[in-house]
Amino acid sequence: MRTPRILMCPPDFYGIEYEINPWMSRARGAAPDRARQQWRNLYDALVALGVQVELMTPRPGLPDLVFTANAGLIFGNRFFSSRFAHPERQRETPYFDEWFVGHGFSVEHLPEGVYFEGAGDALFCGPTLFAGYRIRSHAAGHLHLGNVLERMVLPMELVDERFYHLDTCFCPLAPGEAIYFPDAFDAYGRTVLQQHIPKLIPVVETEAERFACNAVVVGKTVIVNAGSDQLAEDLRRAGYACQFVELDEFIKAGGSAKCLTLRLDGEDAADWGDM
Amino acid sequence: MPKGKSFVEEIELQGHIIDSLLLPKVLDEILTRGGTYVIKDIKLGKRQVDPSYARIEVKADAQQQLDEILRAVHEHGAAPTAQKDCEYELADMEGAFPERFYSTTNYRTQVRLKHDWIDVDDQEMDCGIVLDLKNNSARCLAMVHVKKGDPIVVGHQGVRVMPAETTARQSLFEFMSSAVSSEKPKGVTVREIAATMKRAEAAGEKILAVLGPAVVHTGSVEHICALIQLGYLDVLFAGNALATHDIEQALFGTSLGVWLDRGLPAEEGHEHHLRAINTIRRLGGIQAAVDKGKLKSGIMFECIQHRIPFVLAGSIRDDGPLPEVITDTLAAQDVMREKIRGVGFCLMIATMLHSIAVGNLLPAAVKVACVDINPATVTKLADRGSHQTVGVVTDAEPFLRALVAELKA
Repeated sequence: MRTPRILMCPPDFYGIEYEINPWMSRARGAAPDRARQQWRNLYDALVALGVQVELMTPRPGLPDLVFTANAGLIFGNRFFSSRFAHPERQRETPYFDEWFVGHGFSVEHLPEGVYFEGAGDALFCGPTLFAGYRIRSHAAGHLHLGNVLERMVLPMELVDERFYHLDTCFCPLAPGEAIYFPDAFDAYGRTVLQQHIPKLIPVVETEAERFACNAVVVGKTVIVNAGSDQLAEDLRRAGYACQFVELDEFIKAGGSAKCLTLRLDGEDAADWGDM
Repeated sequence: MPKGKSFVEEIELQGHIIDSLLLPKVLDEILTRGGTYVIKDIKLGKRQVDPSYARIEVKADAQQQLDEILRAVHEHGAAPTAQKDCEYELADMEGAFPERFYSTTNYRTQVRLKHDWIDVDDQEMDCGIVLDLKNNSARCLAMVHVKKGDPIVVGHQGVRVMPAETTARQSLFEFMSSAVSSEKPKGVTVREIAATMKRAEAAGEKILAVLGPAVVHTGSVEHICALIQLGYLDVLFAGNALATHDIEQALFGTSLGVWLDRGLPAEEGHEHHLRAINTIRRLGGIQAAVDKGKLKSGIMFECIQHRIPFVLAGSIRDDGPLPEVITDTLAAQDVMREKIRGVGFCLMIATMLHSIAVGNLLPAAVKVACVDINPATVTKLADRGSHQTVGVVTDAEPFLRALVAELKA
């Protein structure tokens, strides 16, 4: 059994400094100490599950660098660096790229003018890459990735601004198994998911709004923001243990457990086959 | 100018567009925004991991609508295909195209000039395309009219052809095109042709009749006269023979020497048509014969009375000919080209020579009904590229009688 590796970035400079999604409000702001404690609890929970957590150096002026899931997409030792839609986040890219180059990944970029927000909008479930587009990433970018990766890439339109990244409304658990919030997709997207993932667990809206889908899966344990009782019960019945970590300080910025992590060795649900 | 979807752009979509439902989604997006599409090319991935490819032509009624569709489908990953302007060479001699000239069809064609797609005017098959670089326009040009230095389109780059609409195939002219048989129900066909003529008339389009002399031999003059009187004939193309026998009947009551009322040959009747030509030549022409009160009935008389423009094109076996007959075929073609502007419907009856000649000149958007007792005339027309033709294999007279009755109904 391989040791799961996850990249995180401590929230030393985390805060609500701009508003680029419906969750963010500078007026409300984040409580730094509380945020630091919540992040630490997530870190500890992962380490306790046997995860090897790698840490990036936080940078002043880049509050969202904590959301490492958006750095890019990992496929083997290839790192497809994000092209962020918002200038506020584009500044993160050089630091992410630097880290990945320094850690033995080959860093690749998508064509100019194509937005792509990494594992935030592209998640493997089995051999297939499921991708979200319209709000942050371009469908064209995902289609381009399909050619480069030689894997099936299925772009699905995200239709609810609150669920602006795919990882806010969809989370693969294992090949052929995932949780999702159906109303974040249009009928085409729902059909694509239903046709390609035999076991889909829907999440209710009240829990989806608390980022229940933004979960970290390690083996049979699913770490989610506290309070998703319905999902916890559904997961238990599906053979998973649900572990709550209070992360509401990060939900203020539109992120939760998943957004704060980037799996470096491939998600448990991913089946890359022969590389 | 054909009606309907006139603003066109080509897009392409590549990737796992079948499994992701992006292809149906893009197509739905086009339709829900009021556009139409034609899938020009599609390549399906053989294995599930293989990407598929689709090249789609998008059409809309207005530029704004087209832009909206393109913006919408762009969200789903569809992008305009990389396009280049058309290529051209300056004609190096009179009366002939450069070697690589683009040879036209009768379908609506566009060329890309200075990044814009523009319609080619005067659409006609078997021509070249000459550009007007100052005014950014293009038109079909017959080989004989090439002047040294004309910019002539060469190759296929930056040229696109738009076949007739394939959607909404409801009427005869869509689903029965080039279906020729003597064993089809004529009543339905005649009714559809009459309805098409009424629609053309209502739309302000001209109706062109191309007639052979059998129209007169079979006793159909009165029906053609009725078409003129009813306003369903706006332009007439024929040869020396149709006019000659029509006038022969007006002057002598015979056609090719046969009494039209009795069906028996008249004594010395074989001379009648020549005497008719001679009379008209002595009077100075058909117009003059009507003006002088000598020609008082028949198709040519009605044409002059109703100011219906006619073109009589000559051929090598013509007697006379009548003074109005244009014996220079190239000159006749040019006059015919001028007269077919604005024609929306064409009725061709009992003439292979003139039917094929006119078929060559007509753009594909003009619907054609070809009526002949010989199926070969109709198939020949279709085989030569006039696919917009509905063929009716029948004698001219019963067809015209039924048609006039339908138009009066």
